[in-house]
Amino acid sequence: MCTTCGCGDTELVPVELHEKILAGNDRTARHNREHFVSARVLAVNVMGSPGAGKTGVLEATAKAAAARGWRLGAVSADLATDNDARRLSKAGIPSRAITTGQACHLDAELVHRSLHDVPWRETDVFFIENVGNLVCPAIYDLGQAANVVVLSVTEGEDKPLKYPVMFKAADLVLITKCDLVPHLDVDLAKIHDALARVMPAPRAIEVSAKTGQGIDGWIAWLAEQRAPLEDAPHAHDHGHDHPHDHGHGHGGGHG
Amino acid sequence: MHEYSLVQALVSRVEEEARQRQALKVHGLTVRLGELSGVDPELLQTAYDTFRAGTLCEGATLKLTQIPASWACPRCRRPIPRGAVLRCPDCDVPAQLDDGSDALTLDAIDMEVP
Repeated sequence: MCTTCGCGDTELVPVELHEKILAGNDRTARHNREHFVSARVLAVNVMGSPGAGKTGVLEATAKAAAARGWRLGAVSADLATDNDARRLSKAGIPSRAITTGQACHLDAELVHRSLHDVPWRETDVFFIENVGNLVCPAIYDLGQAANVVVLSVTEGEDKPLKYPVMFKAADLVLITKCDLVPHLDVDLAKIHDALARVMPAPRAIEVSAKTGQGIDGWIAWLAEQRAPLEDAPHAHDHGHDHPHDHGHGHGGGHG
Repeated sequence: MHEYSLVQALVSRVEEEARQRQALKVHGLTVRLGELSGVDPELLQTAYDTFRAGTLCEGATLKLTQIPASWACPRCRRPIPRGAVLRCPDCDVPAQLDDGSDALTLDAIDMEVP
């Protein structure tokens, strides 16, 4: 500005921020994470292409988890319909649908709102079944403890190489529909090799929801993720002592 | 196509900053975009050009600084060639993503202040 005569000249200033564009989402995700951890709930973000078998593998999980005495719960996201949530509920995983409309991914705020409608605190493992999509969901932190990417054997051995961002974000890959391998021209070794080129610490379990193959391994992996929660001193119930930008009316009111 | 929701977050952050500083106009934004950010530069640019109309960013250019992805050994710093298995063959440890490879940051805003 012109400081001598006060003529009101304006000034062009560069404002350095170096701030994540998704900082707002990350804040809400941290908030969700605090809720999950203090209630000792293992929150798992399940991602994968449409038709990869996300719902199917969760259905197969229900029985094995019940044998461990785990209570499960889920929210299931789709652009339209609550079919997946109904399938999960029928399989014994109390679930709610999150209908995203045109949105191709879940974000932390959508998950946060949906939590008001499900008894997630009473669960041991809570699944957040994301929108079927191998691109967009990868970059949105939801507050989960772990990301699981579901990849079916019918999708092509090089799928991980084509969608490196998604697989880089995965803590575990479930290779599904393995009962179909004898009928397909697919080499599982090639899938594992592709994963090792996009994931620095690749971890994958071959499963079949149909035959039950690998479900034990998947349950063992979940138990491993639950261990730190069980060891933690019992946290007091996490009250809403931090500010929210939406009302907290439980039971409706969230669009 | 999550680029629109990113632009929405970007523009509201810029507007917030501009209000705080009582800016008269926003001239330009610089965004750093890593190859593994999960964001397509062209789609982001298109989404920005569509979305900025009627916002404080209407007259602001978007400059994208693109960063190629690279991995290296966290122990011996040996770079891992593109497309190779992400593990250091010498140290036998998982590779680490180099800084900026997955960046999605608003680096700077050029604004006109009184």
